[in-house]
Amino acid sequence: MNNPQLDTDGRLRHLLSIEGLPKKILNQILDTAESFVGVAEREVKKVPLLRGKTVCNLFFENSTRTRTTFEIAAKRLSADVISLNVGTSSQSKGETILDTVDNLIAMHADMFVVRHSQSGAAHFIAKHVPDHIHVINAGDGRHSHPTQGLLDLFTIRKYKPELHNLRVAIVGDVLHSRVARSEIHALTTLGVPEVRVIAPKTLLPAQVEKLGVHVFHDIKAGLKDVDVVMMLRLQNERMNGAMLPSAQEYFKTYGLTQEKLSLAKPDAIVLHPGPMNRGVEIDSSVADGAQSVILPQVTYGIAIRMAVMAILSGGQPSASQGSTSQGTGS
Amino acid sequence: MNTPTHIPNAEVLLKTLAEKLEPLLRENTALVGIHSGGVWLMQKLLDLLAPTIAEKGIEHGTLDVSFYRDDYAQRGLKSENRPSQIPFEVHNKHIILIDDVFYTGRTTRAAMNELFDYGRPASITLVALINRGGRELPIAPQIVAADIPLDATQNLQLVQNADNSLSLQLINNKAQT
Repeated sequence: MNNPQLDTDGRLRHLLSIEGLPKKILNQILDTAESFVGVAEREVKKVPLLRGKTVCNLFFENSTRTRTTFEIAAKRLSADVISLNVGTSSQSKGETILDTVDNLIAMHADMFVVRHSQSGAAHFIAKHVPDHIHVINAGDGRHSHPTQGLLDLFTIRKYKPELHNLRVAIVGDVLHSRVARSEIHALTTLGVPEVRVIAPKTLLPAQVEKLGVHVFHDIKAGLKDVDVVMMLRLQNERMNGAMLPSAQEYFKTYGLTQEKLSLAKPDAIVLHPGPMNRGVEIDSSVADGAQSVILPQVTYGIAIRMAVMAILSGGQPSASQGSTSQGTGS
Repeated sequence: MNTPTHIPNAEVLLKTLAEKLEPLLRENTALVGIHSGGVWLMQKLLDLLAPTIAEKGIEHGTLDVSFYRDDYAQRGLKSENRPSQIPFEVHNKHIILIDDVFYTGRTTRAAMNELFDYGRPASITLVALINRGGRELPIAPQIVAADIPLDATQNLQLVQNADNSLSLQLINNKAQT
């Protein structure tokens, strides 16, 4: 089966999931993001790469923060941005997803950022669009949220550049998390030797060990000597049935407090994808503490999204073989 | 077979360049190397001209113009790019841009566009090790160490060797359409 994310020359064409991305492309995205971090610190926080392009945020499911960061990223690349909350417009009138997409293509959209509660929605759109149009998955069901995974990786690399020496613990609701699985893949691909998951049995997918992680049900044992603690959000809105006794009970057992964090290495960093449930999966003193890199994650998230859009948008579809610097004049 | 005309020694040219550059180093001036060759040259120039640089308080930075190139739509981003680093106030500064081989002028245009996103410089001067001819824009270097006119099928590159010395390499691309 061919990888719909890459074109025939192996260049990134869509970003749908971290799985299936070669190490080379992961590093290209992270390195390019490094250059975009500096852009945000300048007088003029814009570069002209996507001038004249239209980026369309297609949000079939609400997520203000993700939408905002994609909007800022596209604007800092000089693109024009349209954000549609499709759930509240055409869909409610009965239009199909592909009709919505086709209409936007007819309006000359160049890139779609897709958020949907159904797994595979972004893949579905990517298969449908013509060659010159690019699709970025901004979260689909429980499946994937690649830019979140990439920004976490970027943040880890920024604070702990020696990936080959790291011990990373992922704590919490792995079962419902969009990012945990992608993250495990990416960390392993980039050479992190030890990835742990820490969660109650009810919040772990079946056969999680097969991903090459060490499984802990006791957070105290799991956090011992780790360099990076990645907290996951307790996905209340995705939870159906009684998987957990109560939020208070969860906090007692799995909530990250200073006391539990002290078992990790003294210079360990704490990540959280947001929005946080303070007092459920993380204590405020940790979230706002010296080891927290939760706000830098947000800043780096913009740089990562800029990098992905810049890599996708440049260059002509691989039909133009043997291109010279002069363009094709078409 | 089109054998290259005499390719000079880059280190010798560098000394010429340093001599020509020195009178331009006055107060309120900063050197900016363009990745990658321009940055290598700048580092050498910082050593060669160290006393003047210290005396006049000359600052320096680097630019990677990937985000400003005019061939992005055709070629996309290079897989390698580095952060630009301009650790000084550009506003009202005399900027000396340093590039290795001056050709079409498109890199210089990109570099100027990027610089202006940091602030409004008092002036920009372009310094290149070699002018190989073939400019496509109304831009030319004020200072060069040598003029070596080359054919469009030829490609002259500055190379950094393992011992940190610089040398020039001429590549002949025959099959070009």
